[in-house]
Amino acid sequence: MRNAFITTLAELAKKDTRIVLITADMGFSVFERFMDQFPERTFNTGVAEQNSVGIAAGLALSGKIVFVYTIATFATMRPLEQIRTDACYQNLPVKIVGAGGGLTYGPQGSTHHATDDIAFMRAMPNMTVLCPGDPFESELCVRAAYRLAGPCYLRLGRGGGDPQVHKSAPKFQVGKGITVREGKDATLISTGNMLVTAVAVAEALARHKIGCGVVSMPTVKPLDAELVRKLAAKPVFTIEEHSIIGGLGSAVAEVLAEGDEKAKFRRFGLPDAFCTHIGSQEHMRKFYGLDAASVASEIRRMLARER
Amino acid sequence: MISASRSSHVGAALSAVDILVALYFSELKVNPKSPHDPERDRFILSKGHGCSALYASLALRGFFNESVLDTYCADDGVLPGHVTLRCVPGIEASTGSLGHGLPIGVGMALAARLDSRAYRTFVVMGDGECDEGSVWEAAMFAGQKGLDNLIAIIDYNKIQAFGRTSDVLDLEPFAKKWESFGWAAIEVDGHSISALCKALGSVPFEKGKPSVVIAHTIKGKGVSFMENRLEWHYKSPKPEEEERALEELK
Repeated sequence: MRNAFITTLAELAKKDTRIVLITADMGFSVFERFMDQFPERTFNTGVAEQNSVGIAAGLALSGKIVFVYTIATFATMRPLEQIRTDACYQNLPVKIVGAGGGLTYGPQGSTHHATDDIAFMRAMPNMTVLCPGDPFESELCVRAAYRLAGPCYLRLGRGGGDPQVHKSAPKFQVGKGITVREGKDATLISTGNMLVTAVAVAEALARHKIGCGVVSMPTVKPLDAELVRKLAAKPVFTIEEHSIIGGLGSAVAEVLAEGDEKAKFRRFGLPDAFCTHIGSQEHMRKFYGLDAASVASEIRRMLARER
Repeated sequence: MISASRSSHVGAALSAVDILVALYFSELKVNPKSPHDPERDRFILSKGHGCSALYASLALRGFFNESVLDTYCADDGVLPGHVTLRCVPGIEASTGSLGHGLPIGVGMALAARLDSRAYRTFVVMGDGECDEGSVWEAAMFAGQKGLDNLIAIIDYNKIQAFGRTSDVLDLEPFAKKWESFGWAAIEVDGHSISALCKALGSVPFEKGKPSVVIAHTIKGKGVSFMENRLEWHYKSPKPEEEERALEELK
């Protein structure tokens, strides 16, 4: 997704000289392709995230469209107040780009696990929260972030090697979910890098004659509440590589709780705890019940109970 | 303004007001008739709690009608207790959380360079504000980039929220700190308009370096019972105190 990000940004920057990229010393061996083309519009602030967002606000107040990039945990938490006060309060085109969303950094530990970033970003007025599900969605989200007049959080997965889920670029609009597959019995709504798992869950359920639709929800804020209410005629599940507090699951729960439909509902995400278990991303997903087999079996259990 | 709204920070405003007068009535290239002129000098009051002095300066400079000042911190008012972008013309950035103004100023100075514009960016900071790490992140970056279109002015009244700066977190050797970060520093009497104008009129102090004016000031300057008194960071003058203060300031 990072590769899709920097390639798309370079393409946009060729056409629009307002685009500026700030990195807080991250992107080695990947960002050179941007920096070499636009040396005067790339700034490395060093390991200084607060300053990077403050500078971005100053540039944006002077007519620039600024992308600020680093690892998702550092991109969101260290300059949290600068994002809120400098970018969101002043409603500026400052785009916070966090790499390695969720458990991407696997065994590197909780300092590098971005598992509460969506919650922080979602709470801020004026903020748009984009969590693309595959490289196709990443490219579309970068273009959308560029077009948005205000601030935005773009949560990316791995550097390269994120699997493509869509066969071609899907129809995408900020604030709208993307129906990946239809299902007559239930719907699994996914955000960010869990999309490939969500599809695998639906495939596993299909083998048990359960029709589970999959909706990719790259925009967590503003949430596609209309679609959520429509889906609520059947059981609704959410899946995200994020704490069950404050992320997609919470956003969907808020809509369902205030709606007229009382759908069966369950959030799949990480527990309210630091991930102290050590292992690769795949391993950790299994450990926390976020792998396709575990999710599929839990959904089957819940649907069986309903009958 | 402060007395009528029973709000705080009068000491902080009086300490910075001479700096604002020197800027708005002598050194800043701004035009109230075209507040968005891309060539205008940029000004950020990073110690946003001193905003009453900024609002008054902007009104007297003609950016908006002086009657607006009566709405300061008032119910349904226009002017909030910390500097807020777009609340009136002439405001360049929202501040109020300390340590934010200098990084924003660095961004504006970088934009001037990118766009080949001659405007300068001035940032007034408090001394207590310089406890914030983000100030030094920005200082280091501005020094590295040689941003000589950036000018920081420190309102060095030597009193912060809980006591004297020398007791809480000593800033000295202050000028040397800035110099070691790649800045050119000058120390002046922050209540001498002529000394301030002389310093501000000679920026950049060194080509290729950002400039810092360390302005030695007195918290509550001009009002005998407020000068150097920490409590006037918090207290709002009662009507009889307001009367005495205004008499002394004439």
